[in-house]
Amino acid sequence: MSDALHLEFEVSGNNFVSAGGASDEVKKTLKMLGIGAQYIRKVAIAMYEGEINMVIHAGGGRAIVDIYREKIVIVLKDQGPGIPDIDLALTEGYSTATDNIRDLGFGAGMGLPNMKKYTDEFNLESEVGKGTTVTMVVNFF
Amino acid sequence: MKLSEIIKNLDAKVVNASDLDKEIVGGYCGDFLSVVMGKAPENGGWFTIMNNQNVAAVASLTEVGVIIICDGVEPDPYLDKKVRDIGLDLIITPYPVFEAVKKSGL
Repeated sequence: MSDALHLEFEVSGNNFVSAGGASDEVKKTLKMLGIGAQYIRKVAIAMYEGEINMVIHAGGGRAIVDIYREKIVIVLKDQGPGIPDIDLALTEGYSTATDNIRDLGFGAGMGLPNMKKYTDEFNLESEVGKGTTVTMVVNFF
Repeated sequence: MKLSEIIKNLDAKVVNASDLDKEIVGGYCGDFLSVVMGKAPENGGWFTIMNNQNVAAVASLTEVGVIIICDGVEPDPYLDKKVRDIGLDLIITPYPVFEAVKKSGL
């Protein structure tokens, strides 16, 4: 496990101009490493959704990424308001996004479901008032 | 189908087109970005009326072939700049989404 390529990104809150920057960097890195396109797409979707969630709901956060030969581990940490009902938040179509956010094309209630769907391991820990940490693993096989 | 044929079929205005001979295969219609990300095929046409910069991020991450903004909606200045900066193809058609899909030939 010591041969990981370690990347960290600051994701700024409410900044839709730079949103997606971390996902794009990771995608470029995976391409350079010759990882299969089908895995890169999964990583790109899951990570972008996570990044956008931090931008919309948490005032930003941090993305910590470790790339191994056989998998990628993505940890998204924020100090936002937390998620009171995780099961509900994971339900397709459930969203707490405001009309302003919906006007931007977000708020379909597919963010967390997509993150779960496109990853091989998905873990969400959240405490109301303290923040949320999402850990996602995508295997390259 | 070649991008140049789609542009012709849709009476489209080209905002950015890197390669007019590029093959576009299939497509998807939608405005909710998360749904599009999960379903739009690589190298396909994405028919939408969304016009903000997040469209570029989604198109880039999912590697859609061309963004087709319908109903004559113009991209906002951020999207306009971003597609040029990162080399994404974007065209504008005057037709509504339903008509645009039918006319595109895709």
